[in-house]
This record gives sequence, structure tokens and C-alpha cells, in this order.
Amino acid sequence: MALDPGLVGRSYPPSVVYEVGREKIAEFARALGDDDPVYRDPEAARAAGHPDVVAPPTFAIVLSLGAGEVVLADPDVAIDYSRVVHGEQRFVHHRPIRAGDRLVATASIEAVRSVAGNDMLTTRVDLATEDGEPVCRASAMLVARGA
Amino acid sequence: MAAVVRRADVEVGTELPAQTSQVTRADLVRYAGASGDFNVIHWNERVATEVGLPGVIAHGMLTAGLAARAVTAWAGDPGALVEYSVRFSRPVVVPDDGVGAEVVVAGRVAALLDDDRVRVDLTVTSGGEKVLSLARAVVQL
Repeated sequence: MALDPGLVGRSYPPSVVYEVGREKIAEFARALGDDDPVYRDPEAARAAGHPDVVAPPTFAIVLSLGAGEVVLADPDVAIDYSRVVHGEQRFVHHRPIRAGDRLVATASIEAVRSVAGNDMLTTRVDLATEDGEPVCRASAMLVARGA
Repeated sequence: MAAVVRRADVEVGTELPAQTSQVTRADLVRYAGASGDFNVIHWNERVATEVGLPGVIAHGMLTAGLAARAVTAWAGDPGALVEYSVRFSRPVVVPDDGVGAEVVVAGRVAALLDDDRVRVDLTVTSGGEKVLSLARAVVQL
């Protein structure tokens, strides 16, 4: 079943606050084999001009993945999750995510398309501090392969 | 907070140092835990083949993260990567053979943008095949 184009622009309630921890950032950097000290050593991060350790640019997926689930859980979004693959991902960073950030994720639907029997759904997750400072916009294009 | 590479140091065609990573099953488990992406196709051969994949495949965002690492290492500051987009064009199959899959990242400055920003286009391959397409980073120098 094709996705309803009227879903474009639908927005979901903001997530609970996610508190970014130094250990989580270090764990993520390690998983990428990245030994840059700004990901694990607060002194090195400060020497590089950051207030605390910063996260690798793709760390935003940790928050956006969870926040995007609210879209797939929406009964109006008729998409077969078992056939979904990640087609595209895009991040726009206003500033690096850093340890101590208290972030709120707000998901919305950016685009829907059907091409050759495949449904394509682009979700957008805006990450901001709980005070409203924009930090990152993450857009994921998901493809549900036609049966 | 500033890139080490200066705008004056680059021109269209400037190449980033090549980066080669070996991705094993253990790396997939580590990335699953770090990212929270526990999709079964990234660790269970039986399920991966049942859904028509050639075998267990790497998380697309692990491959994308390795490619981003090449950019931040070149720029000298993770904060310099202000925009990043990738299309997942082909899965990286990670065999359970103790060796895994090789992910090779090459990049070049493709365009000079306003405000000391440059666009870096990345070529990311595994086993000689492109696994990401339209992999692009905007870097603030």
C-alpha cells in the first residue's frame, strides 16, 4: 500500500531528555576505531576549543534512530517494517554534540514517495538542547521494498 | 574549535589521505552496542540469509561513520564536519572468517563553497565495489 502524501509535515511530540555522557561518546568513538583524544579526554577537548569531549559527527544516529521509531509506530504510516532498509542518511550539524548536553529529539515526516513498487519514507529528527538551542538535524530515508 | 586544514591549503582536487579499515563480526557487535542498532541482520547469519542477504552485513552507519572519520581526521576537528550525507548503495558483507571485510575510503575536495567551506566527495568501497554513493561532506575550514 502506497504511503499517504498527506503525511508529509506530520510532527510528533518531543522525546524525553537524553543526557549525553562522556562514556557513551567514548564507546561510540571506539566502535568506529577512532582514537582522536577529543572524543575521550576532556583536557584534549578543551585544548581544541570545546567545552567538553565532543561526539563523532555520526553519533547523532544514537538519538535519531530511537526518535524515528515513533514515526514507524504511527498506525497511519502503512509501511512494512520487516521490508525496510536504510536508503540514505543526512546530518546537518549546528554544532558538535558534546558531553553534558541535555537533548530533546523531535521527529517529523519530511517526504514520502513511491517508486517502482517501493515506498520511500524520509523521517527527520531535530535535536535541540532542552533550552531550545538547535544542535543537529538528522534525516533518514527508509525504503520498504515492494513484495 | 577550528579545522587544522586551512582554506588556503586546499583547491578542487585536493585529496584526503586514504583510509583502510578492517571490519570483523566483533566490530559489528561493538557498533551494535554503541549505536543501539540491534537489527538481527548485523549479527545473525541465519536471519540475514533468510531475508535474502548474502550473509551478515555491516550497519550502514558503521560504514558511514568510518568514512566520516577519514574527513574529521583530515580536517583535524570533528566540529568541522557541518553537513554529511550518504546513500547506502550496496551492503558490506562481513564473513565470519576472522578476517572480515575491508572498507576503503578515498576523498577529494570537489567544490569550494562560501564562508571557507568546502565540499568533500567520498568514494567508499569494499571488495572493489562502491558501498556508499553520493557520500558528501561539507567541511568548515
